[in-house]
Amino acid sequence: MDLINSPEKLQQLKTTLVNQKKAKLKLEHEGGRIQVKVSMSTCGIASGAGEVKDFFEEKLDLENINADIVSTGCMGYCYAEPTVEITLPGGEPVIFSNVDMVRAGELVNDFIKERKSAVNTIPHKSRKPGGAVEKGKQYRIALRNCGFINPEDIREYIAAEGYDALRMALTEMTPDEVIEVVKKSGLRGRGGGGFPTGLKWELSAKAECRNEKFVVCNADEGDPGAFMDRSLLEGDPHSILEAMALCGYSIGSNKGVIYIRAEYPLAIERLKTAITQAKETQLLGSDIMGTGFNFDIEIRYGAGAFVCGEETALIHSMEGLRGEPGVKPPFPAEKGYKGEPTNVNNVETFANIPLILLMGAEWFSKIGTEKSKGTKVFALAGKINNVGLIEVPMGMTLREVVFDIGGGIRGDRQFKAVQTGGPSGGCLTVKHLDTPIDYENLIENGSMMGSGGMIVMDEDDCMVAVARFYLDFTVEESCGKCAPCRIGNKRLYEILDKITLGKSVKDDLSGLRNLASVIKETSLCGLGQTSPNPVLSTMDNFYDEYKAHVIDGDCPAGQCRALMRYVIDPHLCVGCTLCMRVCPVDAVSGEKKQVHSIDTSVCIKCGACIEKCKFGAISLQ
Amino acid sequence: MAKIRIPQNKVEELRQICKSFNYDKNELINVLHSAQKLFGYLPAEVQELVAQELNVPLAKVYGVVSFYSFFDMVPKGKYPVSICLGTACYVRGAEKVLAEFKKHIGINVGETSADGKFSISCLRCVGACGLAPVVTIGERVYGRVAPDDVQKILKDYY
Repeated sequence: MDLINSPEKLQQLKTTLVNQKKAKLKLEHEGGRIQVKVSMSTCGIASGAGEVKDFFEEKLDLENINADIVSTGCMGYCYAEPTVEITLPGGEPVIFSNVDMVRAGELVNDFIKERKSAVNTIPHKSRKPGGAVEKGKQYRIALRNCGFINPEDIREYIAAEGYDALRMALTEMTPDEVIEVVKKSGLRGRGGGGFPTGLKWELSAKAECRNEKFVVCNADEGDPGAFMDRSLLEGDPHSILEAMALCGYSIGSNKGVIYIRAEYPLAIERLKTAITQAKETQLLGSDIMGTGFNFDIEIRYGAGAFVCGEETALIHSMEGLRGEPGVKPPFPAEKGYKGEPTNVNNVETFANIPLILLMGAEWFSKIGTEKSKGTKVFALAGKINNVGLIEVPMGMTLREVVFDIGGGIRGDRQFKAVQTGGPSGGCLTVKHLDTPIDYENLIENGSMMGSGGMIVMDEDDCMVAVARFYLDFTVEESCGKCAPCRIGNKRLYEILDKITLGKSVKDDLSGLRNLASVIKETSLCGLGQTSPNPVLSTMDNFYDEYKAHVIDGDCPAGQCRALMRYVIDPHLCVGCTLCMRVCPVDAVSGEKKQVHSIDTSVCIKCGACIEKCKFGAISLQ
Repeated sequence: MAKIRIPQNKVEELRQICKSFNYDKNELINVLHSAQKLFGYLPAEVQELVAQELNVPLAKVYGVVSFYSFFDMVPKGKYPVSICLGTACYVRGAEKVLAEFKKHIGINVGETSADGKFSISCLRCVGACGLAPVVTIGERVYGRVAPDDVQKILKDYY
């Protein structure tokens, strides 16, 4: 590809690429090429998308069918992987779910060759942002290119107006004007904190530096159950690079660093490819588009520490140190990486920036609620039918997200709760279903926006066990620097463990609450200040469940094994003595051909009897 | 930690790695990533050498190695089994899958089997929550794993 050494060249190239695309489409009308897009993100590849793509390439070649086979990023339908989008000449794109090798063969024969009507398809989502916001529907800003373009080809990004915002800023706007647009748009940090992005940029711009300033992209997505940033980086890496360069221009920095988890090898690979392509074409590096502006980006790897998502810990980790958080202030905007002013933003925050500049602050600020503008990407997971990646306008209700877009609860079970904000957040329950989702409402209801993970739970999930699960996580991930977090969370975990094992006393309930509030108030960083949230929130919403465990020795959800009893149904037991013989502690008694019984005071609940019984006579109650 | 000897050619390679990062202390984590790729784990001797080359105290290197879960100080098995215990996998029954792996291989989390074939570790979310519960063995990702599948999965590696 030619160097893009002037702003005009970018515009020319864009026009050429768009025209090429149009010409191809025209050709398609005349019986030309077929387009097959295969979703090649981590989930897609793990489900076999690679083989499916190879199959399409070989088979269509063999059949002499003219086709372009394109790998894209995540289309957002994780529950239906591998997903394939096929556009027939002159037709609309159709998305097919669960395309394994057998189905791929059928698609080539039935849909492509014989043009039979499509079955088992996924309704198409709207592509172009800028349209009207529809109730109960997704709206894509950050994910505008994910699943549509090939992330490994910079030309596809340019054809989709890529680097146009950067061109516009470098040629037509002053750095202050860029900051002003971001400020006016009302965009807030998508990593969880919700700090106004424009304000952060302004602080970094005003800060004095000794040598240089830094732009850092936080891609250390540690919240378990969240995969928005991974999908964005895998599906549209150039948009992040462009936004970082824009940030660099506005705050006066020439150096960007992406801090990414080592657990995301594919995202790292695609980022590296994108950086190389951008540098080769002079869209990054020195003298970008011949405007004299220099901006370089390098990648730093995390090494598996949740706390490194906290910006001061992240900066320590970038410096090769243990990822322990520091005291704020000074904020990184004044004194961050290498002691210099550092602007840290999350991946999704950056992904919004180019479009905000292209479409204008006013457009963006019309979407969403009064204090939370724009959209939010959520990763829907857990006991929900349509597990996947969605982007919705702020202010949509939880009911619309879970039932309209998420397709409701798996196996027709009852909806019980949604955990948002991961280990730092809390749960929302049936009574919150009609609450509009935005930063303020979530906090008011004892949860938080967090980075966007939404874990849906049904009636079979015990909320005490869920709280225990999160505390187990926090204990493991606490860096150990401050005592309330290091010791307090461990004690909190131990009490929860006692409750799920049926060994708790009544005082434990008030003890939990006290300890939780002390940890919240006295911890050094965000991790400790929020780690008791899952406990407090489940206690507020499901106190009866806690009481049942502690006072009645019962787990209503039937998940805590220690609180269950093994019982033999006298109507089903034939007295075969099999369970008696396998019981390791001789808890089963009874004569041959007589109904047996289990002494629950001796039983260790190992489950050996239930496995052996051929008559289904033993059950857990 | 028992003393082990690292072969001379690998010592040389490790020195080259440190050199390629310009002996920059800020690059410690990246150096350790490369070292772990080279040796498979980070025994005391490797940490000592890295400390020497980058001119940082050994305690600091050890501090970083022990802080991050990605770094191992004991060798992993030929087929490292990692069970994701992220929230999405947890609510879809990852604990039962983990118990099944422990039972079949006969080791606990963080251990390596006597024949050096398998090791078990727990992961915090690989971000493939749509496929929960997720298990990875080496580079291969297994999705929607049920406890009953475990024996069948392991068969491929015997």
